[in-house]
Amino acid sequence: MVREYRIIEKSEIVPNVHKFVIRDHSIARKAQAGQFVLVMANEKGERIPLTLSDWDLKEGTITLYVLELGVSTMELIDLCEGDSLFSLAGPLGHEAEVKKFGRVLLGGGCFGVGGIYPIAKAMKEEGNHVTAIIEARSNYLIYNQEEIGSVVDELYITTSDGSMGLKGHVQDQLAELIKNGKRYDRAYFMGCTFMLMKCSEATRPQKIPTGVALNAIMLDGTGMCGCCRVSVGGETKFACVDGPELDGHAVDWDELFIRKHIYREEEAVSYQSHACRSMTGYERDRKTPEGGGA
Amino acid sequence: MIGSSPRTKMPEQPPEIRARNFKEVPFGLSEELALSEASRCLNCKNPLCVQGCPVGVKIPEFIKLIKEEQFAAAARKIKETNALPAVCGRVCPQEVQCEAKCILGIKHEPVAIGYLERFCADYEREMELTEIPEPAPPTGKRVAVIGSGPSGLTVAGDLVKLGHEVVIFEALHKPGGVLTYGIPEFRLPKKIVQAEVDNLIKQGADLQVDSVMGKMRSVDELMNEDGFDAVYIGVGAGLPRFMNIPGENLNNIYSANEYLTRVNLMKAYLFPIYATPVEKGKKVAVIGGGNVAMDSVRTALRLGAEKAMIVYRRAKEQLPGRKEEVHHAEQEGVEFHLLHNPIRYIGDENGCVKAMECIKMELGEPDSSGRRRPIPIEGSEFMLECDMVIVSIGTGANPVIFSTLPDVNRNKWGYIEVNEETMETSKPFVYAGGDIVTGSATVIQAMGAGRIAANAIHKKLSEQPKKKKDK
Ligand SMILES: Cc1cc2nc3c(=O)[nH]c(=O)nc-3n(C[C@H](O)[C@H](O)[C@H](O)COP(=O)(O)OP(=O)(O)OC[C@H]3O[C@@H](n4cnc5c(N)ncnc54)[C@H](O)[C@@H]3O)c2cc1C
Ligand SMILES: Cc1cc2nc3c(=O)[nH]c(=O)nc-3n(C[C@H](O)[C@H](O)[C@H](O)COP(=O)(O)OP(=O)(O)OC[C@H]3O[C@@H](n4cnc5c(N)ncnc54)[C@H](O)[C@@H]3O)c2cc1C
Ligand code: SF4
Ligand code: FES
Repeated sequence: MVREYRIIEKSEIVPNVHKFVIRDHSIARKAQAGQFVLVMANEKGERIPLTLSDWDLKEGTITLYVLELGVSTMELIDLCEGDSLFSLAGPLGHEAEVKKFGRVLLGGGCFGVGGIYPIAKAMKEEGNHVTAIIEARSNYLIYNQEEIGSVVDELYITTSDGSMGLKGHVQDQLAELIKNGKRYDRAYFMGCTFMLMKCSEATRPQKIPTGVALNAIMLDGTGMCGCCRVSVGGETKFACVDGPELDGHAVDWDELFIRKHIYREEEAVSYQSHACRSMTGYERDRKTPEGGGA
Repeated sequence: MIGSSPRTKMPEQPPEIRARNFKEVPFGLSEELALSEASRCLNCKNPLCVQGCPVGVKIPEFIKLIKEEQFAAAARKIKETNALPAVCGRVCPQEVQCEAKCILGIKHEPVAIGYLERFCADYEREMELTEIPEPAPPTGKRVAVIGSGPSGLTVAGDLVKLGHEVVIFEALHKPGGVLTYGIPEFRLPKKIVQAEVDNLIKQGADLQVDSVMGKMRSVDELMNEDGFDAVYIGVGAGLPRFMNIPGENLNNIYSANEYLTRVNLMKAYLFPIYATPVEKGKKVAVIGGGNVAMDSVRTALRLGAEKAMIVYRRAKEQLPGRKEEVHHAEQEGVEFHLLHNPIRYIGDENGCVKAMECIKMELGEPDSSGRRRPIPIEGSEFMLECDMVIVSIGTGANPVIFSTLPDVNRNKWGYIEVNEETMETSKPFVYAGGDIVTGSATVIQAMGAGRIAANAIHKKLSEQPKKKKDK
């Protein structure tokens, strides 16, 4: 059997967000909600992690959403339908914890808008009441809302400019829902680090058990290098094998922010024309959610 | 007498030049030097060197073929017992194996067996005289080999030759295990590893990269659904250990695995042509004293370090690295901070390491391993400035494959328990060998285990009736 990782479908569904459908029976038949793959666009490329955002057993395909950020995501986006990826390994990481919790709240920003779909579906299949909140900078950058809407009980949208849904972010919508008396037994967030931190802060007062899909820098994705290590509750965890879902209330966010930007100079060398080059990556993550069509 | 002539010196790049490039350090012997070195061998009737070799390479016999200028035949003689002589000639710790036993070593210097091994293997490859053995008629049996390090490659090579269908599953995008991702180019050029793998594929082995077993497929699925009759687990000991001391998650503190993988597998030394970055420290401290530590510190030098330091908690005599590597590191200007141990790291305002606090050690009574135990000297703490740290204190068993393999017994360190005569695990038809059984060891031991397993698998499968398969 030869695995070719052929790109069956590719489209820019909203500015800067590219949907890839890739044929690989081996991964499609084992994929679970919350897992990811490691991808190399070409032989000289980096190994980068991308979330399994959907899969089709019959067709043997997986769906990935790629946000253009730096060189590696750009090189992926340069590939066309019919091309093959150089390398594709997975499914990696633990599946998200999915069981009957009761009332479940899901939040997605940037690539997480795509990535929470399988979790929403699986949570619903377990008989939970599922609420999803998705965010973007502006209405024209919102994607995947129909797919998510079709599997959840309630869907909320927020935009930074207020052009659709609540003006603000996932955590603002969440605060409002809680203020209105909604109660949740479980929360799960996927998106940029800043958003994960803010959302975890928002669920802390209610002590809602909160899983976050941690997006540490990864290399092998199989527990072999330790580059993805994060401190959770004072213990070092490897996000690729102990996660990606980890306890949002126990993560050392400051450490994660710092570790995520170890290569900011190299990233700049790699991609001089990066949209946010006037700010350092650290500041960017701290001030604004990454991606979302920046 | 013959053996009293001095041992041949290996020509190599001068230290000050090689410390700044990634080209191989020793050039290899010329035919002339190889002949003169081979002529030192006494061709002993009862060769002690062979006893020192973990796989019993027919040393005097291959050296005799070199004397007769039958260089490719000499390489083939080695391959009867060692599938990867070009690799072993470069990385085996000969000074504690064959060369330690060589009779000449008593009065003079031992024959440079490793140099000769490398010479004839290189000759065979470079002259394109490598013979692809004709496999035996198909047996109809299928074997899955998990991991493409030296032990997996050996099992695959042996079983393909015997007519079995072999599929190798490798988690990374390139085969070779530590030979590819760990040992640097300047010590083991990657084209040599690639040539060995190419030969294996020419013989008919099927290599599946990007295949993280335990995730993409479980051992049970391989056996029950995919029609494999036996499985060999050669996944190595790839889980990096840290010391769990304060500040260890600061930026620019790498595990040796991460550092070497970035540089060797991902070719970060060619950044930005290759997209994977690696930090380039100016004052680099490597914690540990084994081969992995030597490879890391010498890599740091080549990436521009002005100060490259080994920080090791025991004394020089206890350095576990290959002698040649320690010697090369010294020549290249690596500083050795012996009997020192870090106790915490201090970061700068950007979260990067800027110093470490060390404590001095002294050697106490021997521990269970027979090595004198290092004991911290109270009050001896001091600061050592560094802008990069590479933690190289050993590795453990990676749990990924075991999450879907509960019925294979493991010892208290997580390594697989096997029957040492067959390398079979507690799960019938599932075999294991190499570092995942022994913990971090050597290339030749991993290959030796692979050979034992291949023979046992062949024997067991030959006794099995042919079964009908659905695939
Ligand atoms: C488990 C996981 C799942 C992810 N899923 C998706 C997804 O579905 N879609 C998507 O678009 N993105 C996803 N990401 C993020 C994606 O991997 C990074 O955006 C990508 O690696 C950036 O590479 P670049 O060269 O384009 O950008 P760069 O300019 O190199 O870096 C931009 C930022 O991306 C992060 N980054 C860089 N290299 C890596 C790396 N090797 N691993 C992880 N992060 C890195 C850094 O924090 C950096 O600040 C995921 C990350 C993780 C850890
Ligand atoms: C930097 C370094 C330098 C060294 N120097 C020397 C030296 O000079 N001399 C010497 O004799 N020894 C040396 N060693 C030790 C030697 O390399 C190892 O003992 C040897 O490689 C072990 O072989 P192996 O086949 O058991 O495993 P490995 O070489 O570790 O190969 C295991 C392979 O299995 C793959 N794998 C892991 N998990 C999975 C999975 N779930 N599914 C599929 N594939 C998987 C890995 O990606 C890897 O490719 C060194 C080791 C290192 C790290
Ligand atoms: S012990 Fe030394 S001299 Fe004797 S056969 Fe072996 S290599 Fe030659
Ligand atoms: S990415 Fe290497 S251990 Fe997680």
